[in-house]
Amino acid sequence: MTNHWIDIRNSDCILIMGSNAASSHPISFKWVTEAMKRGGKLISVDPRFTQTSSKADFYTALRSGTDIAFLGGMIKYILDNNKYFKEYVAEYTNAAFIIADSYDFNDGLFSGYDAKKRKYDKSKWGFVKDGKGIPKKDRTLQDPRCVFQLIKKHYSRYNLDTVSAITGTPKEDLAKVYEMYSTTGQQGKAGTIMYAMGWTQHTVGVQNIRSMAIIQLLLGNMGVAGGGVNALRGESNVQGSTDHCILFHIWPGYLKTPKASQPTLAAYNNKYTPKTNDPLSANWWGNYPKYSVSLLKSFFGDKATKANDFGYNWLPKLNDGVTYSWLDLFDAIYKGELKGLFAWGMNPAASGANANKNRQGMAKLDWMVNVNIFDNETGSFWKGPGMDPKKIKTEVFMLPCATSVEKEGSITNSGRWMQWRYKAANPPAEALPDGQILIKLGKALKYLYKKDKNAVFPEPIVNLKWDYSTHGEFDAHKMAKEINGYFLKDITVKGKKFKKGDLVPSFAYLQADGSTSSANWLYCNSYTNKGNMSARRKREKSGIGLNLEWAWCWPVNRRIIYNRASVDKTGKPWDKEHPVIEFKGKVENGKYVSKKWVGDVPDGGWYPMQNPDGSDRKDTKYPFIMKPEGHAHVFGPGRADGPFSEHYEPVESPVSKQPFSSQLASPVAVTYDTNMDIYKSDNPKYPYVCSTYRVCDHWQTGVMTRWQPWLLETQPQLFVELSKELGAKLGIKNGGKVVVESARGKVEAVAMVTIRFRPFTIQGKTVHQVGLPWHFGWVHPKDGGDSANLLTPSAGDPNTRIPETKAFMVNIRKA
Amino acid sequence: MNVTRRDFFKITGASAAGVAVMGLGLDLKPFKSHAQTLKLRFAKETTSICCYCAVGCGLICSTGEAGAGKIINIEGDPDHPVNEGALCAKGAALSQLTNNDSRLTTPMYRAPYSTKWQKVSWDWALWTIAKRVKKSRDASFEHKNAKGQVVNRTTAIANVGSSALDNEECWLIQALMRSLGLVYIEHQARI
Repeated sequence: MTNHWIDIRNSDCILIMGSNAASSHPISFKWVTEAMKRGGKLISVDPRFTQTSSKADFYTALRSGTDIAFLGGMIKYILDNNKYFKEYVAEYTNAAFIIADSYDFNDGLFSGYDAKKRKYDKSKWGFVKDGKGIPKKDRTLQDPRCVFQLIKKHYSRYNLDTVSAITGTPKEDLAKVYEMYSTTGQQGKAGTIMYAMGWTQHTVGVQNIRSMAIIQLLLGNMGVAGGGVNALRGESNVQGSTDHCILFHIWPGYLKTPKASQPTLAAYNNKYTPKTNDPLSANWWGNYPKYSVSLLKSFFGDKATKANDFGYNWLPKLNDGVTYSWLDLFDAIYKGELKGLFAWGMNPAASGANANKNRQGMAKLDWMVNVNIFDNETGSFWKGPGMDPKKIKTEVFMLPCATSVEKEGSITNSGRWMQWRYKAANPPAEALPDGQILIKLGKALKYLYKKDKNAVFPEPIVNLKWDYSTHGEFDAHKMAKEINGYFLKDITVKGKKFKKGDLVPSFAYLQADGSTSSANWLYCNSYTNKGNMSARRKREKSGIGLNLEWAWCWPVNRRIIYNRASVDKTGKPWDKEHPVIEFKGKVENGKYVSKKWVGDVPDGGWYPMQNPDGSDRKDTKYPFIMKPEGHAHVFGPGRADGPFSEHYEPVESPVSKQPFSSQLASPVAVTYDTNMDIYKSDNPKYPYVCSTYRVCDHWQTGVMTRWQPWLLETQPQLFVELSKELGAKLGIKNGGKVVVESARGKVEAVAMVTIRFRPFTIQGKTVHQVGLPWHFGWVHPKDGGDSANLLTPSAGDPNTRIPETKAFMVNIRKA
Repeated sequence: MNVTRRDFFKITGASAAGVAVMGLGLDLKPFKSHAQTLKLRFAKETTSICCYCAVGCGLICSTGEAGAGKIINIEGDPDHPVNEGALCAKGAALSQLTNNDSRLTTPMYRAPYSTKWQKVSWDWALWTIAKRVKKSRDASFEHKNAKGQVVNRTTAIANVGSSALDNEECWLIQALMRSLGLVYIEHQARI
């Protein structure tokens, strides 16, 4: 989330789309309700009428997988009806930038497409630069090659008729949503989006969110209270685990994992440190080497020296152009390419798309380590449905771990708040905290590699800094301090003297010469000489709900990111009622003469862009400091599938053609080709659109909740929800047993026939949609049904490789 | 009234169930307040944050007289600015996650082609895992790729998980796996 939970209350219009917040993030709805009490409006757009919809001022349905068409129509509406916030768009976004002549768009394809490689050459989508290397701009937004004019042209095709034919949403409903939401383009008004996996789990997931980001920028909703782009992240610490990068492509703090083509630290830093020639651009990533070197110092401590490139080559490198994502790794496991698998607090036999492929692959491993609180479909895969244990060689180690209240440490919520948890109880019997298991395993490995004279490349393991225990127990405080970072010698930075062993007060003090460590620069400032910031418990008494002294928030305790876009060029808030920050420096003769920001931690503490007399300042920076050009990207040339969003059908779709272009599915969607990767689009055997979702009473694959009597009683088994019309057509009654099957697998479920699903009219034909939760599995309860992911396809987004589990095709029949 | 430690659990369990069914029109207030008195008189309170979704609701965990003993109740923290004491159905049931007879309590091992689990010691499990890791890694380790570029990695081992871990554990896990040369490092954020 760019903003945070409490801030939702400041919104004038909340769009919940791709999420059923009332059920899946129930307490978030407290703040939606609070906004509504203050006059804010709630719009719910969902294929199914949900708990969220029941509370909305306006609800309408769309077919799963057509969000870009829906949102593209909104972009057109905003532009056609002059609903955009002109000053914001012209000054703070790249709408004024001139785009190179090599950029083009034709019949669903952007320029630079290589059909053989199914890949774009993104260099075709560049900005035109002036003699100094600074992007050329037309702040009047009139130049025919400026982003603003190109976006108008691109979305001009998204008229109500076409959008309605794709989404199945009635035209008048589309117009109503567009009209309601675009009122937030007025100065002082804020609209927000709450989305979740309903937007990400598509082959166009990133572009779903890009579409909304474009809308938020056009309406001036980024950086302001009650605005932002707010991903309702699922797991309690999925924000933190992403920040610390348990992901193939990034190192802690969103640094890049090195590629084979970067043989030295200098080559690596050079590749990922963006340059700017614009003195008004902060270009924050220009600090990259300070963060990468400080990280290497945390990895290897004293063993990381300038002479050995701080241990850069001890860490593994990716082949250029190859991805090692979830779908890729389970593809490789299925092909028998792997020997071992660790699964910590995860249940891929039920949570992964095309789960049966994962299950079959597990039988080809030599060994698996499964760490969990309860038995689960992954650890016990060898005795699951269709498996013969006597033929499965895989050794499995099932290790019992502590629950969250049986250990100490921090987690980071969706609003980026890092909050400390204390230990309340001891784990039962021999169960151990994961941290303790890791420390012990690391020590065992270090011992083996030290002892064995013939060990292969032992340096990284032997030299790994691993001193995070006290009296033999994992000490979360020691690790949290290392994550923040230390000064490693006495130095003076920015006029301040620091002693060796001091905790670094913020990432602005990190160095690229090895004199500081920080295991994650983004968390630098979270545990300082002043103490553990994440354990703070002082509530805000008045204000807009920032709660600056409750816990801690990255970066540098900034609660609303991009907040310098919440003020005009002279530093005064657009929204006087809900100021996020405000410049209150002294004024002499119409000019600011002293620096003072109040409110949230500003996105950089420079002077505002202009003086009160309207003269431009030279000692300022553009507000979007993480972009090399300092402007928010309405035109996003970094994406794998185009600088603007475009509607494509899901890999499995109910139609054979679509009205926008001859590209049916995304031309760069990721698919796999084993005998278990079968995709059936517009196929009479699988005529119904299907989506998976969650219910309030269970959690993810149900590993933690299926074992709890109260929760199991409220939701005891797998169900599939379908419309009365489809029920009547197939003779399926509410409560009856049915089989749901896709090209990949099938599950038995109880039919829930409701009015919450309605048939759609798509390009003149009737299309039914159904949905089912994915909380169940064969291990427990015995008659509760199996995972809905047996049905879902291993197809992925070209940017993120997130699987398309929210739109695929199935059949339903009576059991 | 003399209340044994065992009665405690029964009563406090009933208290939370009382909250859950109150919407059905049953009046369990007297019972509930009695249980709460017991909790207040003896329990140690520890703050925590809910382990389910990323709203990050504050919790108060009450444990028995001996402090870090056994959980007797978990409820919403009224001082927490996000949830102000409220919890969803899962959060309200949290004590059943920790006090649950179905939990794994000892390391278990399934041998190749075996039809059953066997209980093993932590020492044996961790040393055996370390040896398996070393064997798989060393046999598959690539110093250079097909182009002759230095890569220092193994693609024979994968690690998944977890966003259910604390930040400090997340850092440890990626560091340990990267030091071993793993590139297949993924978790819930990808799916």
